[in-house]
Order: sequence, then structure tokens, then C-alpha cells
Amino acid sequence: MKQLLIITLILGFLTTSGQIKISGKISDNKNKPLSGVSISLKGTYDGATSDSTGAYSFTTTEQSTQQLEISLTGYNSLFQNINIGLEPITLNISLKEQITELKAVVISAGAFEASDKNKGAVLSSLDIVTTPSANGDLTSAFKSLPGTQQVGESEGLFVRGGTATESKIYMDGNLVNNFFFTSTPGIATRGRFNPFLFKGTVFSTGGYSALYGQALSSALILESNDLPEKTEADVSVSVVGVGGGIQHLAKDKKSSWGVSYNYANLWLAFNAIKQKQDYFQIPVAHQGDANFRIKTKKGGFLKYYGYLSSNKVGFRTSDIDSINLKNAFSIDNMNTFQNLTYKDRIGGGWKINTGISFSTNKDDIKNELLNEDNQKVTNSNQPLYQFKNFSLTNLSRYAQARFVLEKRIKGISAIRFGSDYFYSNEQSTYTLFNGAKFTDKITDHLYAGFAETDIYLTNNLAAKVGARAEHSQIINKWNIAPRVSLAYKLADNSQASFAYGIFYQNPERRLLPAAAGIDYSKAAHYIFQYTRQTKDFTLRTELFYKKYDDLYKTVSGNSGNFLAHNNDGFGEAKGIELFWRDKKTIKNVDYWFSYSYLDTKRDFLNYPKSIRPSFAARHTAAFVFKRFVLPWKTGFNFSYNFATGRPYYNIAFDSTLGKFAIADQGETINYNNVSISVNFLPNLGKKDARSFAVWVLGINNVLGQSQIFTYNYSNNGNRKEAVTPPSKRFVFIGCFLSFGTDRTQDAINNNL
Amino acid sequence: MKKLTLFSFVLMISTAPFAQSEKFSAAMKKNLDAMEASFKSKTDIISMANNFERIANAEKNQWLPFYYAAFCQVNGAFMEQDKSKVDGIADKASVLIAKADSLSPNNSEVSCIKSMIASSHMMVDPMQRWQEYGAESSGNLEAAIAQDPTNPRPYYLKGQSLIYTPEQFGGGCKTAKIALQTSLDKFTAFKPATELNPNWGKQQVENLMKECK
Repeated sequence: MKQLLIITLILGFLTTSGQIKISGKISDNKNKPLSGVSISLKGTYDGATSDSTGAYSFTTTEQSTQQLEISLTGYNSLFQNINIGLEPITLNISLKEQITELKAVVISAGAFEASDKNKGAVLSSLDIVTTPSANGDLTSAFKSLPGTQQVGESEGLFVRGGTATESKIYMDGNLVNNFFFTSTPGIATRGRFNPFLFKGTVFSTGGYSALYGQALSSALILESNDLPEKTEADVSVSVVGVGGGIQHLAKDKKSSWGVSYNYANLWLAFNAIKQKQDYFQIPVAHQGDANFRIKTKKGGFLKYYGYLSSNKVGFRTSDIDSINLKNAFSIDNMNTFQNLTYKDRIGGGWKINTGISFSTNKDDIKNELLNEDNQKVTNSNQPLYQFKNFSLTNLSRYAQARFVLEKRIKGISAIRFGSDYFYSNEQSTYTLFNGAKFTDKITDHLYAGFAETDIYLTNNLAAKVGARAEHSQIINKWNIAPRVSLAYKLADNSQASFAYGIFYQNPERRLLPAAAGIDYSKAAHYIFQYTRQTKDFTLRTELFYKKYDDLYKTVSGNSGNFLAHNNDGFGEAKGIELFWRDKKTIKNVDYWFSYSYLDTKRDFLNYPKSIRPSFAARHTAAFVFKRFVLPWKTGFNFSYNFATGRPYYNIAFDSTLGKFAIADQGETINYNNVSISVNFLPNLGKKDARSFAVWVLGINNVLGQSQIFTYNYSNNGNRKEAVTPPSKRFVFIGCFLSFGTDRTQDAINNNL
Repeated sequence: MKKLTLFSFVLMISTAPFAQSEKFSAAMKKNLDAMEASFKSKTDIISMANNFERIANAEKNQWLPFYYAAFCQVNGAFMEQDKSKVDGIADKASVLIAKADSLSPNNSEVSCIKSMIASSHMMVDPMQRWQEYGAESSGNLEAAIAQDPTNPRPYYLKGQSLIYTPEQFGGGCKTAKIALQTSLDKFTAFKPATELNPNWGKQQVENLMKECK
């Protein structure tokens, strides 16, 4: 009995005063103290939180083997078994920082990202449409970033000494073949797609991933929207046309569908603003699109986007080879694009990203030589004039299939690999003045395989290493292109990156059919980048060197065209670029500045020697300024684009030398363009308003500064004519209405 | 003596479950009493969140400690000056409130915390995140009101967000005060189900009312 009493007493003693103290210090793996760390004895209330010196201490009445959990947001949790006896326990612990996308260095050399979510993005999705010089055109907004040229006489992105055909555009991983409306002489056409279709854009000015190929200079990677926030309808009316659409979100918010139609007609605009060209067919376009998006159980997406358009344009310009004759040029175009993609998790840590796309493009192009009374001139017997009466029909069909498999390995490191198949079938018929027809058909099957790995050694050091192999039937050879990028975090907000890669590209369509034995053209990129970025401030500089090899040299074909003859061309480009964006220093004002210096030379096509190409200005700069005045519900945007003069050449066949030579050359005047846009949102903040309206006024080249892009030469070289914009200024006025949801954020649309 | 031991033994067994919930109430009460003072510093509030989380993980079936742990974490997120750390803290709060939600579904108080978490994410970059997190925050407040119309806290949170919303967007003191007054009226009638249930906010509403004069 007595013994029992003693035991109870001892037990009682233990439970009341038998508290064991557990204490220690918590640090990171660099021995810096960590505060706010939770230390808890699993399954009990006992535990503590470390203080600013990393110290913690608590007492417990638990006994024998227990598990201690040590955790802190952003660090890997640690579980430690401890044996609680009668002695106090001292336990010092070091925690390892988690490698997370949020903290890790961003592999960014060469790339500009426009996104609302991703870290490292320099533009938001909205910036693309509120940059006044872009006129709401997706790719034009990127001309206010370093690396691109202010080329106004033709469409596309001319990046770091490369031609526009060296830049390729991808939608959800699939190549978009006819991203722009068909070229017209001397006038840059717009991109076909509405900028609001995309939630994110990566514009790579070099050194891009092995997942993409067939572009010597640049890849523009567009990522389409996921589900819309709400069901809504919208209507737009502007000086360039009318449009409307519906986006319908299913009740369970798991799927959506949408259709839209847009009719563009420039009759009103061209009557109000005099155009240099004399239009007999005012530009008219019908564009329709449809989409559906289905969210899968595991958070993946099945997405379809289909596009159909038909457009016409026809205009007269004076003929450069004569005093009073004119050329009447017209295009009738039909274009379709279908894109189906699927991405999902497939178990075991694997992700799949796959897609197929089909597109067709048909152009009926016609040129006629006219007299003063706009009558067709058919009685000339001079070949120079006879050949100006021609027609050209192009019919292209493209298909692509693609898959990428990805697996996370340890933290955020990953491996991915996959394959691409591209089919192209391009048929063209060239009809001469005398009815003689030249038809050619180019088909190609291009297979590509690629593999890539992202390696995050720590939050501060990451590498992306990959390679791509391609086989094109036209070339009938394999190529292998290695790609490497490294990124190292210098301090919390700054990092240095390096990228290297080899890029291959087939001859563009107009240089085909090529001579036998033709090879891929090739470019090697070396990029060094320094970035400092906080939420409100970005500074980035890039130094690059690009070496071109095996560029295509051409010979004359039988219908006045030039065909790829051999790979004797070469070139190089080097330069330095600066980008500065500041949203903080001036209240309510957001501005950015970009500058590019480019030193490039190349010998390709019919160039007689290595020269600075006509699309390369030495200095290019852009300044964009935005301010939203809340009480007025109005946004004011201003942009100034500048470039020094570009060289121009008259490269003509010299019959005495028996080869092409530079008959004349010069440099254009500097390029200046000041543009403004004003967006007025009258229903802003009216929560119960049934519709949301945005009024837009945009003026391009407000000051009417004269712009000369290049010069055209007459056949005999005696006369040159400046290529200038179709009108001094362009004024856009439009109203965009949406019903069903408040579109404050994305409503500041310019032109659709 | 024998009887006494037997008695104490019986007593021990019979009071065990009771002692368990007594221990829970006591620990909760102790922390709730200290909670207000902890709001003065970021480190104290995270420490308080950890205290609640330990209780929550030990109990497993009680929604309240998860709720308070999330509440302290989200307030810690609001107090964090380093914007790059806010999302991590708010995510931690989300994990905790999700557990409270599964233990007590359709709970108006839980919806309030979800709204606060969305707001803390939004505050990192209001211009860019307004559309996504603003909608999530107000959606949860609407849910909170629907789940329990007598709860004064959703009206307090609504009023608070209206104060910081520009007038052009339908915010400002004028509209905020309507919500705050509704909240005050509901506080007068509000009785928490137990002394451990949420009963915070009245003081904050009164402070905001003063600020809005």
C-alpha cells in the first residue's frame, strides 16, 4: 500500500513538475538565424516559435520518443525524433531553403515576357494594347522594346540584324504560318489576331529554348487565355469597322465557348484621311473565330481555336519606270487557322503538352499597268512594261503535330522532351501578260525532336540545357542545334544571365525551289544579360553577338524571282541594349525607355558583298509614358519612337561586270514618330452598370514628321522614290462595349 | 486508503475525456486572451499562429484552432512589409483555412478569412491582381453574408475594402460607412456560440468609423 502511494506520488510529481525544457537555435544553411520558425512536438500543444536571434525554448511533460516538427514558410520542413528523458534537451537545427519558382533565379537571357502573373515579366498583357505606337497590333507593341527595328514598309519583327522571316510566331506551342495579313508593296500589314486572345507572351530576341526551331533570330511565343471570368458579350464600333462576340462560361465553370465576328472596312477612314495610294478596292475584311476550352479534372486544358477570314484590297500607285503610267495592285485573300491543344498531368509526375494545327492560305494577287485614264496598257512591246501585267495565285496548306512530355525532378528542376512534325504544301501559279503560266509546288515534311532540362542547383543558380534535331525533306539532312542558358542571382533583385545557341532555318518560300544540295542557314547567338528588377522598377542590359553562316545567295528564276542557289552567304551582328521601366518615381505615372545599338553586316540574296542591310538602323530608341487619371476616368498614353537612318541600295545587275553590283546607295533620314492615345471609361466603377464602355482616340505620328523607310529605284536606276507611310497621320476613334461583366482591366482596347 | 485510491482511479478515468476538452478550452482561451496583444508585432502574430496551429494539429477535429491559426497568418501577411514574402504567408493561411473549411463547411467565419487571404494576395500588386483576387475577395464576402446574415464581420471587411477603393470605383468613406454601420448594428445583436467562437472586429469597426469622419 505504501509502495503504491509512493508510486502515485512520484507519478504526480512527474506530471506536475516533471517538465523538460527543450531549447536551441534555428539557422539556415549559411548559419544565419531564422525567426518565426515553428517548432512543435507532434500530436501535442507543446512547441514554440523562434525569435529574431533564432532561439526557441519550451517545456513539455511528454516522455520517451517524440517527433519534433520544425517548419517555416519557404523552407523545407524537418522532422526530428527526440528522446525525452530527465535532462533538458538542447537542439540546434539548420533548415534548407526551398527552391521555388517564386524565389529562384529566372532564366531570362534574350527573352521579354508580357504576363500578368509570371515573375520576370517586363510588360503586362494590357501594355500591349495601351502602347500608342502599336495601334493595338500585337507585334507592334514589341517594337517599343530593345532589339527590334522600326521597319514601317513591311510587317514582321526585324530582330538584331535579322530579317522578318527569321522571326517565328507560335500559339500554344504551334507555329502560326500566316500571322500577318498578306504583304502589300510598301505598306506594313497588321497581325490577324486580337491581342486579348492571349494571357501571356514571351518575346525572345535570341537564345530561345530547344522547344522551338526554324527561326534564326527570334521566337514570339503566345499563350492563349484559359476560361473567361464570366459570360459576356461585346460589341465594337470604330472608324475601321464593326464587330461583336460572345464568350460563354458554363455554370460549373469548367468549360467555355465563344464566337466572334469582325467586319473591317476602311472607307470612312480613307475618306477622312487622304492616303498616298489611290484605292479602287478599299480594304475590306471579314474575320470570324470560334473557340472552346475545357478544364480537365487535374487542372489541364483542352483548347480549340478556329479562325476564318476573307479580305480584299486594291490600289493604284504611279509607276516608277514611266512618267504617267500606274500600277494597279490587288489581293484577294482567304485564310483559315485551326489549333487544338491539350495539356494535362498524366500521373507519376509527368505532364503532357500536345497539339495539332491546320491552316490554309490562298492569295489571288494581280498587277496591271494602267494609263492615265486607268485603262489597262496591253499594247506595249517593251518587256519592262509587259511584265508588269501579271497575276499570281498562291495556295498553301500547313499541318503540324506536336507533343512535349515533362517531368519534375527534385524541386522545380525538370526534364522535357518531345517531337514536332510540320507538313507544308505550297502551290503557286504565276501567269504572265501573254497567258504563259509557271506553276510550282513545294512540299516539305519536317521532323524535329528535342530534349531539354532545367536544373536549379540552388535558388541562385540555374541552367537550361537542351538540343534540337531537325530533318527537312527539302534539305534532306539532319541538323543538331545545342542550346544553353545560365542564370545567376547576384543579389535579391539582380541577376546575370548568359545564353548560347545554334539555330537553323530552311529557305523561305519565295526562294524556292532551291538548287540541289542546298543546306540549312545557320546562326549562333551569344547573349549576356544583367537585370535588376523590383515590382516597380526594371533595368536590364544585354550584350549580344550573333554569327550567321550559310545564308542563302540567290540567282534569277524564270519569272523575275530570285531562288536560293547556294549557302555562300554570311553575316554578323553585335550590339548592346538597354531597357528601363519605372512605375514608382513619378506618382501615377508609368514609363519605359529602351535603347538598342546594332552593328551588323551581311552578304546574302543578291548582295554583291557584305554590307549593312537596308533593315538595320544603328541606333533605335523608344519612350513610352502612361498615366491614368482616375477622377476623369481617362488614361493618357504617349510614345516616341526614334531610329537613325537606314541604308538603302540600288542593287542592279551590271552587264559589263556580269554580276550584281551596288549602282547607288544612301541613308534615309532619321525616323521619328510621336503617337498618343486616350482611353475614356465612362462607366468605370459603376458596379451596377449593365454595360461597360471604352472610348478610344488614337493618333499616330501626331506631329506629322516626315518618315522615309527606304527608296525604290526605277529599272534603269535613274529615278528613286521614297517609300513613306500611306498617310502622314492616322486617327483612330472607336467605342467598345461589353455586357455582362466589368472589364475595367482589359477594356482599353485600341483597334480590333 | 484503498477506497481512496480506487476512487481517485475511477475519478481519473471518468474525467479523462472531460480533462481533454478542458485542456483544449484552457489552451484556446489562454491564446485568445493573448491574441489581441500579439497583433502589435509581426513576429508575435506568427508565433500566435504557430500556437494555434499546434493545437489544431493535435486536436485534428476542431475547426476553431485552424481558423485562428489562419486568421493570425493572414494578419501577418497584411503586416509583412517585404512584398515578396506576402504570397508565401498567405498561402500558408490558405492551407490552414482549407482544413477549417473541411471540418466546418459553409461557415460564414471561414468565408471571411478566405476573403482576407484573397485581399492580402491582391495587395502585393493591386493594379495587376485586382481582377482575379478582387473578385475572389468580394465573392467570399457575399458567401459569408449568405451563410450567416447575422455575422457582423463580412460587413466590416466590406467597409474596410471600400475605404481603400477609389471613389471612381464606387469606394470611399461615404459608401464604406453604410457597410460599417450595418456591421455595428449586427455586433449589438451578435452573440458568439461559445466563448471560443470568433468575436473580434467591433473595436476595428469603431476605429474605422472614426477614421471616416
